Amino acid sequence: MIPKDLLYSKSHEWAKIEGGVAVVGITHFAQEQLGDITYVDLPQVGAVFEAGQEMGSIESVKAASELYCPVSGEVLEVNPELDAAPEKVNADPYGEGWMIKIKVTDEPIDLMSPEEYAEIAQAEH
Amino acid sequence: MSTVFAKSVPGREGVWPEKPRTEPVDFIPEGLLRGRDANLPSLSELDVVRHFTRLSSKNYGVDSNFYPLGSCTMKYNPKFTEEVAALPGFSRLHPLAPQLPGGGDMVPGALEVMYETEQLLCQITGMAAFTLHPMAGAHGELTGALMMAAYHADKGHAKTKIICPDSAHGTNPASAAIAGYEVVSIASKDGIIDPEALAAVLDDQVAGVMMTVPNTLGLFERHLPRIVELCRAADALLYYDGANLNAILGKLRVGDAGFDVVHLNLHKTFGTPHGGGGPGSGPVGVSERLIPYLPISRVFKDEAGRFSLRYDYPKSIGYVAPFYGNFGVMLKAYAYILRLGGEGLTRVSENAVLAANYLRKRLDDLLDVPFDRTCMHEFVASAERQGKNGVHALDIAKALLDRGYHAPTIYFPLIVKEAIMIEPTETESKDTLDAFVTDLREILALAETNPAAITAAPVTLPVGRLDETRAARAMEITDDLG
Amino acid sequence: MPYIPHTPDEVREMLDVIGAASIDELFAEIPAELRPKSFDVPPGLTEMEVRRRLERLAAKNRTDMSSFLGGGFYDHYVPSAADMLLARGEFYTAYTPYQPEASQGTLQAIFEYQTAVARLFEMECANAGVYDGGTALYEAVMMAVRHTRRKKVVVSEAVNPIYRIVLATYTKNLRLTLVTVPHMRGSDDMAALTQAVDAETAAVVVQNPNFFGTIQDFTSLFSTARDQGAVSILSGYPVLQTVLKTPGAMGADIATAEGQSLGLPLSFGGPYLGIMTCRKALVRQMPGRIAGRTADASGRTGYVLTLQAREQHIRRQKATSNICSNQALCALRALVNLCLTGEEGLTRQAALSIENAHYAAMRLCCIPEITLLNRDLPYGNEFTAVFPINAKKIVRALADEGIVAGFPLGRYYPGLENALLVCCTEKHGRDEIDRLARKVEKAL
Repeated sequence: MIPKDLLYSKSHEWAKIEGGVAVVGITHFAQEQLGDITYVDLPQVGAVFEAGQEMGSIESVKAASELYCPVSGEVLEVNPELDAAPEKVNADPYGEGWMIKIKVTDEPIDLMSPEEYAEIAQAEH
Repeated sequence: MSTVFAKSVPGREGVWPEKPRTEPVDFIPEGLLRGRDANLPSLSELDVVRHFTRLSSKNYGVDSNFYPLGSCTMKYNPKFTEEVAALPGFSRLHPLAPQLPGGGDMVPGALEVMYETEQLLCQITGMAAFTLHPMAGAHGELTGALMMAAYHADKGHAKTKIICPDSAHGTNPASAAIAGYEVVSIASKDGIIDPEALAAVLDDQVAGVMMTVPNTLGLFERHLPRIVELCRAADALLYYDGANLNAILGKLRVGDAGFDVVHLNLHKTFGTPHGGGGPGSGPVGVSERLIPYLPISRVFKDEAGRFSLRYDYPKSIGYVAPFYGNFGVMLKAYAYILRLGGEGLTRVSENAVLAANYLRKRLDDLLDVPFDRTCMHEFVASAERQGKNGVHALDIAKALLDRGYHAPTIYFPLIVKEAIMIEPTETESKDTLDAFVTDLREILALAETNPAAITAAPVTLPVGRLDETRAARAMEITDDLG
Repeated sequence: MPYIPHTPDEVREMLDVIGAASIDELFAEIPAELRPKSFDVPPGLTEMEVRRRLERLAAKNRTDMSSFLGGGFYDHYVPSAADMLLARGEFYTAYTPYQPEASQGTLQAIFEYQTAVARLFEMECANAGVYDGGTALYEAVMMAVRHTRRKKVVVSEAVNPIYRIVLATYTKNLRLTLVTVPHMRGSDDMAALTQAVDAETAAVVVQNPNFFGTIQDFTSLFSTARDQGAVSILSGYPVLQTVLKTPGAMGADIATAEGQSLGLPLSFGGPYLGIMTCRKALVRQMPGRIAGRTADASGRTGYVLTLQAREQHIRRQKATSNICSNQALCALRALVNLCLTGEEGLTRQAALSIENAHYAAMRLCCIPEITLLNRDLPYGNEFTAVFPINAKKIVRALADEGIVAGFPLGRYYPGLENALLVCCTEKHGRDEIDRLARKVEKAL
């Protein structure tokens, strides 16, 4: 469950960068670790982040985790569905469970390939 | 069972005072008035008595069930202390009375209780002075952290970090953070603090180190003398989380051992009831060098033996509570300490440790005990072995509920997988402990032969396992929401 | 030994199972140099001896006086059935409801309590309570600071001065700016408060009735706060809330209160109850426990602690608060009291208290040279009377007559040395109030 066309962060976010815009979410592994997600706290449109900066948080019944922005840039769009239906992150983390779209300002650094991320996820399992 | 609001019948008479001669609108302009009902219940006295009596029957408590909830010290709560706290000479005292001119003369008995309680707690812990103001353990931690900050600031060296071991209660890092500190976590080794790991992070920005002794695994911190030495050298203050004091009464005085700040949980160690979540009481004791920073007010006894409250301590951190803490709770603890005396308190810890080790020995063939050595007042087992049959700590907990026991603490401390933390306390008889062992062994046997019988539990209680995900998503937190 | 059941034989049997020769052996890990240097706790006493000693201490306190002392802490009547119900061991010897199936009594009661206080204040959400009204106000301010990520807090000087000191203590290390807006003869200075609230403001904090007893409408101030993106916080008084315009109706974002007046004894300052209510948008910033309704697999309704990801046991240093133990039994008492008195009973308590206070003010103001601090503004069950002499002298003189006349304000409000805060509840009789007036007149 680690798509080949995405880049990954150590904190289990993924980014799909196309035409200077990145779609960001959390990985299948991350949603599985959290369990049934009950709430996703996302930034406002227009917020500006450095790569690695905290951008929100995600909660399940028994756990909570911070979300870190995998790339630097300005938030263009926030998934409007997740407020009412956070379970979409469990059901479809790479699709309907996407979190934000961000206009990338710097070349991404420190992001991993699917193969590198697979090793990290394996080690933490 | 329907809510009390659903039972309401508008117009039904409750415990009403007489009808007023006037209405609020006779005195207060209409625009400042509510002008509509609050939709509070209208019920007869019997309706209310029956509703809450029935609700009470859906609860486990120490009075009805063995309650081996680790870390919480659910011992028996002596009944006479309830009557003591309800004496009108105490319960009718207004907290502002001592602030009136000559007001100290209206409350000398209350001030004496507070003074004496402070003195007794000093004797029990070896600390130099106490404040009774904090209203729970976490409140005491925050008070302690604020005093540490004041101490370092006063020395001209405000520091930024507090160290907590990874086995700490969640309140430790939360309290440190709320006091404005960055929290540094250190990994345990063999279940206790590793002095080398501590030394590695103990730089000149560390204001304090928070410890629980025995720690949350129920283990004594063997390296305590070395930890004290390291903290002294770095001018870091050593904090004692008193959640587990029930293990060491008369055996170790934390003040003598080198701690600078301690909080106690009167609702754990000193027999006051937990009330379904509170009120507690979390007095904080300090060593000599921290006395100037104690919160105000402070109880003062003059040479003539008269008591008063004093506020003239310029270095004090200020008010951590509007008044003097949970006075009604400290009264019960005071009565408890007087009743048991020094020898009684020592017996408390001896028997609490005896009971915990007894249960550990009677269970350690069926449950993994990760650090299987003499424990103090509680021990942490692991249900990892049962996991292969799909039975988890949670399932074992629920199966215990079915058999009439409150469950042990589960999934804490975080450093043990499938943790089951058992604290029997000194007040449970051997018969009760033996019956618990028999039932728990039966559950663990079933976990092998018929795991479905365990994972289906509880089946004998008013409800089965509840859907917590639905609760968090739907957020029905009042009768009017959701 | 009391409360420890083991006989010597049983101790022996247990030690044998453990494989230890003595209890002392179990403590072998505590090195000799760490053993207590002394443990000078007096010998134990019998239950009767302890009770006698405490009864003697209780008798030293003066509780037989006719008292008009309030200041946020009020002596209302408590139905006897409340004491009886609260004495049930199933309630008071339970721990925090971590095992919901075995704690439905506590959990449903918390849910009902949340519903009751939310309705009382006309707010959407409530938690299970915090320590007291003062720490509730501090927690509310911290909710606002987190929510807005701003650092400036505007507080009216007419807010309980003790709560303001508590707030200052807790926020000292947090680099917050507390701006205190002076009161105007016992009323909140709306113009100055409104002006102080700007785009940097996290919260504006007021109290209704305020510390002087004055009742006001903060709708316009709260509307300004909303425009500036600041959070409006109101500290209220539950018993009067049945008749006063609610924080919800005024547009407050958070309403807190001291819950003591809902059936808790004065008990020298505690245990009390910090009531916290808020709008839904702020609920994830709320500290402490919250009960929620849900169901089990077979569809039976039940209650659980919910939204726990806010709390310290999960989020540790990132939690909304460090609170763990709260005042659960006090919240239960408040709920039971609310149910016993009910809508009508509580409304009567409020009306009678207001009626008595107005009668007392009228009686005092008949005495030459006694005035109200602000005679133009409405008040509830408490008012500020101004004397030609220091109010402390009045209090001292009346103490000799067995009367606690009220709270002299000079301690917290320099310049108001002659002002006395006087409160009434439904428990005061007219004769008692007449006697207060006679003795005040005599003292002048």
